[in-house]
Amino acid sequence: MYDVIVIGTSWGGLDAVSRLLDGLDDAVRQPIVVVQHRSVESQEGALARILGDHTSRTVCDPDDKTEIEPYHVYLGPPDYHVLVEEGHIALSTDDVVEYARPSIDVLFESAADAYGDRAIGIVLTGANHDGARGLARIKQRGGVAIVQEPETSTRRAMPDAAIAATDADAILPLDEIPKFLYGLCT
Amino acid sequence: MALPLTETAAPPPEDPELEQLEIDLLLEAVYRRYGFDFRQYAVASLKRRLWRRLAAERVGTISELQARLLHDPRCMERLLLDLSINVTSMFRDPTFYLAFREKVVPLLRTYPFTRIWCAGCSTGEEVYSLAILLEEEGVYERTRIYATDINENVLTTAREGVFPLASMQQYTENYIRSGGKHDFSRYYVAAYDGAQFPHSLTENVVFAQHNLAMDRSFNDFNVIICRNVMIYFDRALQDRVHGLFHDSLEMFGILALGHKESLAFTSHAGSYDEIDPAERIYRKIR
Ligand SMILES: C[S@@+](CC[C@H](N)C(=O)[O-])C[C@H]1O[C@@H](n2cnc3c(N)ncnc32)[C@H](O)[C@@H]1O
Repeated sequence: MYDVIVIGTSWGGLDAVSRLLDGLDDAVRQPIVVVQHRSVESQEGALARILGDHTSRTVCDPDDKTEIEPYHVYLGPPDYHVLVEEGHIALSTDDVVEYARPSIDVLFESAADAYGDRAIGIVLTGANHDGARGLARIKQRGGVAIVQEPETSTRRAMPDAAIAATDADAILPLDEIPKFLYGLCT
Repeated sequence: MALPLTETAAPPPEDPELEQLEIDLLLEAVYRRYGFDFRQYAVASLKRRLWRRLAAERVGTISELQARLLHDPRCMERLLLDLSINVTSMFRDPTFYLAFREKVVPLLRTYPFTRIWCAGCSTGEEVYSLAILLEEEGVYERTRIYATDINENVLTTAREGVFPLASMQQYTENYIRSGGKHDFSRYYVAAYDGAQFPHSLTENVVFAQHNLAMDRSFNDFNVIICRNVMIYFDRALQDRVHGLFHDSLEMFGILALGHKESLAFTSHAGSYDEIDPAERIYRKIR
């Protein structure tokens, strides 16, 4: 069984994550951790509120060591890397990676490492290459790699890079990802 | 400079259990040989940094790295740089300094003398920010700041008080947002690519090496500021450090943490009141 779902996205990501959460069946109880690149100045809590309107899951900006619970969505806070350890979130203020903090690669690699074949990684629309290496690591450790179909992504650079870096288990239009997750997780 | 978190790392080993064993042994070896105790650091970031060092040293396994560490102290120095994350800035999180000005300084005014412990002060930006703030509020003269870090190198930089000139624009903005009362440029003199801050700002500051993972309390304090340090520790070590802080704080003393650090997950949550929950400023009540 799977114990965590990690999602990475940048350009167009807010809309994409909203739609994904909208379509996700309540039977999918796995905690979800999202890194959406955003500016340092972006309003703390604003993203959580917006996404909260699209789901009955609890959406939150976690603190360091916040426990990871089922049916919750955790957002990487601006200006911190977000990592997962077994059972809880770990934040770090390490150097910016490829212009990004939070970095998708950092989250994904930590998920691969802590959860191994119990992790599901999803790369959605985005305008850079972040997430490709992390998704490959998830796959390498026996987890599941899902990529949004580049043709139907607002920006295709990130899905393209992810597909080039790893042999994805599924390349899907956004609206089909929730169904695929349902199949995996229930 | 510490290596960035995610430059190409060595490939992760295929066997996670073996990897964990090797890491445990390496940390034990480092501790027993050199006295640096990283055994209770948060594991996810720690692993990334070990992989990074593995790649830089061109060794294949953590055990090989351990052998090199034990036989070559310079390798230990390099690892130490990787493991110490010294990222900091002046008036980092301006809203924190604003809250400190508005909610903590009034309390300090009621004390004849204030002792502040700035734990994990890195290269000193935080300490100079604090000194500027206290000076503007007219309480610096009756304050002593004990600024400590595990890393002797960053303390040397802190004592010198020269920060990158290129950062001053950002720091000026931070300073203004933190409620700064003057023109920030009055606080430094540009010299080549550095900004020299006056020694008067550190007249009441004692810089000293102190290891939160091992060393004891060394005084009683009215205020303890420890921001973005404990996020690198695991829960057990966080608990230890919170115990140390609790012992070192006077009754009704102030504890300030980083924006994403919460008392809630520690065994000392019940000992404090919230002064400003968003800014993570607490007051010891028992
Ligand atoms: C990210 S910096 C935070 C600097 C500053 N407090 C701030 O918030 O900008 C973390 C600092 O904690 C120090 N540190 C790490 N482990 C420590 C320990 N066991 N005892 C004391 N300081 C430690 C590091 O050397 C580093 O300078």
